[in-house]
Amino acid sequence: MEDMIFYDRLQFAFTITFHYIFPQLTMGLSLMIVYFKWKYLRTKLEKFNNAAKFFMKIFAINFTMGVVTGIPMEFQFGTNWAKFSELTGGIIGQTLAMEGMFSFFLESSFLALFIFGEKLMGQKLHLLTGFLVFLGSWASGYFILATNAWMQHPVGYEILENGKFVLTNFSALFSNPWLIPAFLHNQFASVVTSSFVVAAIGAFYVLRNKNLEYGKLFLKTGVIFGFVSSMLVAVPTGDWNAKNVAKYQPAAFAAMEGIFETEEAGAEIVLIGQPNMVEKKIDNKIAVPNILSFLTYQDWNKQIPGMDQFTKEELPDNIPALYYSYHIMVGLGTIFIGLMGMALFFLWRKKLYTMNTLLWGIMFAFPFPYIANMTGWYVAELGRQPYLVYGLLKTVDGISPTVSSGNTLFTLLGFVGLYMLLGLLFLVLVGKTIHKGPETQTH
Amino acid sequence: MELFWYTMIAIVLAVFFILDGYDFGTGIIHLFFAEKEKDKEVIAKAAGLFWDSNEVWLVAAGGLLFMAFPTFYASVFSGFYLPLIIVLWFIIFRAIGLELRSQFNFQMWKDIWDKSFGVSSLLLTLFFGIALGNVIRGVNLGGVENGVSAYEAHYFFLPLWNSSFSPAGIHPGVIDWFTIVIGIIAVVTLSIHGANWIILKTESSINEKLKSVVLKLNIALLLLTIFSISIWHIIKPEPFSNFTDNPLLIIFPMIYLSGLVGTFFIKKFKKAVYAFTCSSLIILGGITSSLASMFPVILPSTNSVNESLTIYNTATSEYGLNVAFGWGIVGFILLIVYFIVQKRFMGGKIDKMDYGH
Repeated sequence: MEDMIFYDRLQFAFTITFHYIFPQLTMGLSLMIVYFKWKYLRTKLEKFNNAAKFFMKIFAINFTMGVVTGIPMEFQFGTNWAKFSELTGGIIGQTLAMEGMFSFFLESSFLALFIFGEKLMGQKLHLLTGFLVFLGSWASGYFILATNAWMQHPVGYEILENGKFVLTNFSALFSNPWLIPAFLHNQFASVVTSSFVVAAIGAFYVLRNKNLEYGKLFLKTGVIFGFVSSMLVAVPTGDWNAKNVAKYQPAAFAAMEGIFETEEAGAEIVLIGQPNMVEKKIDNKIAVPNILSFLTYQDWNKQIPGMDQFTKEELPDNIPALYYSYHIMVGLGTIFIGLMGMALFFLWRKKLYTMNTLLWGIMFAFPFPYIANMTGWYVAELGRQPYLVYGLLKTVDGISPTVSSGNTLFTLLGFVGLYMLLGLLFLVLVGKTIHKGPETQTH
Repeated sequence: MELFWYTMIAIVLAVFFILDGYDFGTGIIHLFFAEKEKDKEVIAKAAGLFWDSNEVWLVAAGGLLFMAFPTFYASVFSGFYLPLIIVLWFIIFRAIGLELRSQFNFQMWKDIWDKSFGVSSLLLTLFFGIALGNVIRGVNLGGVENGVSAYEAHYFFLPLWNSSFSPAGIHPGVIDWFTIVIGIIAVVTLSIHGANWIILKTESSINEKLKSVVLKLNIALLLLTIFSISIWHIIKPEPFSNFTDNPLLIIFPMIYLSGLVGTFFIKKFKKAVYAFTCSSLIILGGITSSLASMFPVILPSTNSVNESLTIYNTATSEYGLNVAFGWGIVGFILLIVYFIVQKRFMGGKIDKMDYGH
C-alpha cells in the first residue's frame, strides 16, 4: 500500500507538472494575442497583426503539447485513482465534463479557424475567433479550478452510506468561496508567465539587433502586462487566497508559513529559514514579528494557530516541501514585481532598449514564472494532504484497488521517457519559430 | 435519465469514431499506400488539419462518462490499466507525428514522423477494436477465484493476454482471438473510412487506386462481419435476444448493413461525399448495434458471482444526472454550432486551399 500510493502520487505530480507548462502559457498568451489583434484593427499597423500571428504560432505549439499531455490527466482519474473517481465522480465529473463540453471544444474549434482562416473571413471575424480562443482557454481554467476548489473546500454534497459523494446543490460548486480567489490568482499568474515570455523574446531580438521593430514592441507589451499582472497576483488575489487557507485549512497555513509554535501575542512572518522537523523549529530564521497576524486578520496581536495545535493526522505529510514551495512562490512573486517595476520605470524614461544588463536579466527571467506557478500549484496540493477531499477522503483511500505498484512504476517510467522526448521537440520547435522571427510568419 | 445520458454518450462516442476515425484510417492508408512524397504530404495534411478538433470528442466522451457513470469509469479505467496507458502513448506519438513532419525539410525527419503517425494510427485502431471486443465479451468482475471475490464487486484487472488466448471461461485476457477479430474489423473499417476521406478531401494521385482498395477491403469487411456474427454465441449464448425482444433495435444493424452495401458502389459515386457517408454509417451502425445487443449491460461479468455493470447500477444520483441535463443541452447545441461553423470555413479540397500548416 505504501509504495502504491507513492508511485501513484509521483506519477500524477510528474504528469501534471509537465502538463502545466503548456496551459499556463496559452491562457496568458491568448489574452495578449487578442490585444495585438485589437491594436491592429485600431491602428492598421501591419506589425501588430504580424505579432498576433507570430504568437499564435507559439500558442499552437503549446496548445498541441497541452492537449497531448492533458488527455493522460483525464485518463489517470480512472486508471490510477479509480476509487476516488467512483466516490466523487458524481460531483467533480460535473465540472470536468463541463470543461470538455464548454471550453475545450470552444478553444480547439476556433483555434483552427484563427490559424487558417484570416483570409477567408476578414479581420473583424478573425479578431472574434481569437477572442473565442481566449474565452475557451480561460473557461478551461475556471472549470479545472472549480474541480480543485471542491477538493480543497467541499460544498454542495451529501455522503451516502456506501461512501459515495453525491451532488445536492449544483450552484454551490460555482459559488464556492475557494473558487474565485483561486481562479483569479491562477489566471493573473498565467499572464505573468506569458508576459515574461513575450518580454524575453523581445529582449533577445533587441540584444541581437535583429527584428528590432518587433523586439521593442514585445518588450514594451511584455513589461506593461508583466508589471500589472505581477501586482494583481500579489494584491488582492494572493492575499485573498492566503486568508482563505488560514480560514479553511489552518493546519496547512501553519505549515506553509513555518509556524511551529503558537505565539500568544501575534504571529511573526518567516522570510527565510529552513524547517527543522526534528527540533520542530525554523533554522537560520529571518522573521519580522507580528506581521503575519496583521496581514491575515488586520490585527497585530491576533493569535494564529501553529503546528503544535494540530495532531499529526491533521498536518500535511510533507511539511518542508510545502513550506519551501510556498516561500519560493512568494519570493519569486516579489522579484517579478521588482524586475518589471524597474523595467517599466526605464521604459517610461525611454532608456529600456539600450540598457543591456537589464535586457539580459529580462531574457533569462522567463523560466521563473513557470517555477512560481508550479510551486504555487504544489502549495495548493501539498497543503490539502493527507486528504484528496479536504477533511473527508484520505488520499490513500482514493487509489485504484486492482492496479499494483509495479504497473504504476512501469507506466511512470514510460511517461518520463516520452515526456523527455516531447520536451526536447518542443524546445526545438519554439526555438525555430523564434529564430525565424515575426516577419516571415504570414501564411 | 440514465437512458438519456447513455444515448448521449453513445452518440458522442460514435461521432468521435466517425471523425477521429477518418484520421486514424488516413494514417493506416498513409502507412501502406503512400509512396510519393507529394501524396504523403497531402494525406498527412488531410488528417493534420483536423485531428485536434476531432480528438475533443474523445475528451468529451470521457468527461461525460465520468460524470454520468462514475462507477463504470472507475472500474473500466483501472481494470484495463495497461492497454489504456499504452493507448495514451500511441495517441501522443500519432499527434506529434502529424504536427512535426512538415517542420523540417529533410527526408529522414519526415520518414520518422510519417512512421510514427502511420504505425500509431494502425495500432490505436486495433486497440480500440480490441477494447470494443472486451466490452462485448465481458471480464471477470470482482476477480473471482474459486467462488470468492478477490476485489470489490465491480473491480477487476486484466493481463494483456493469457496462455490460451480464449474468450471462453472466466479468466480471459485483453487480447484473445475474439477481441482480435473485432480489432481487425476496426482496422478494415477505418481504413475504408480513411481512404474515403482522402478521396473526398484531396486530389492525390493515388485516389483512383484507393477506390479499388476500398472495394477489396469492403469484401474483407463483409466476410469478417459474417464470421464475427457466427462466433458471437461463444461469448453470448443468445446473441440476438435483445433484437428479437425489441424489434425496433434492428434499425442499428440496418444502418451498418446499408453502409456496407453502399460502399460497394464507390466507383459509381459521382460525389465522394456519398462514399464517405457510407463508411460513416458502417461505424455508426457497428457501434450502436454492439451497444444495443448488450443493453442495458455496459460491461458483462464473466463470473456468476458478481453482477454485470449496467447503466442503472453504475450511474450517479438522479439529481446529478438532472442538472447535467440542463447544461448538457446547451453544450450539445454549442457543439453543433461550432461544428457547422468550422466545416463551413474548412470545406473543399485540401490541396487547393491557400493556407498551409
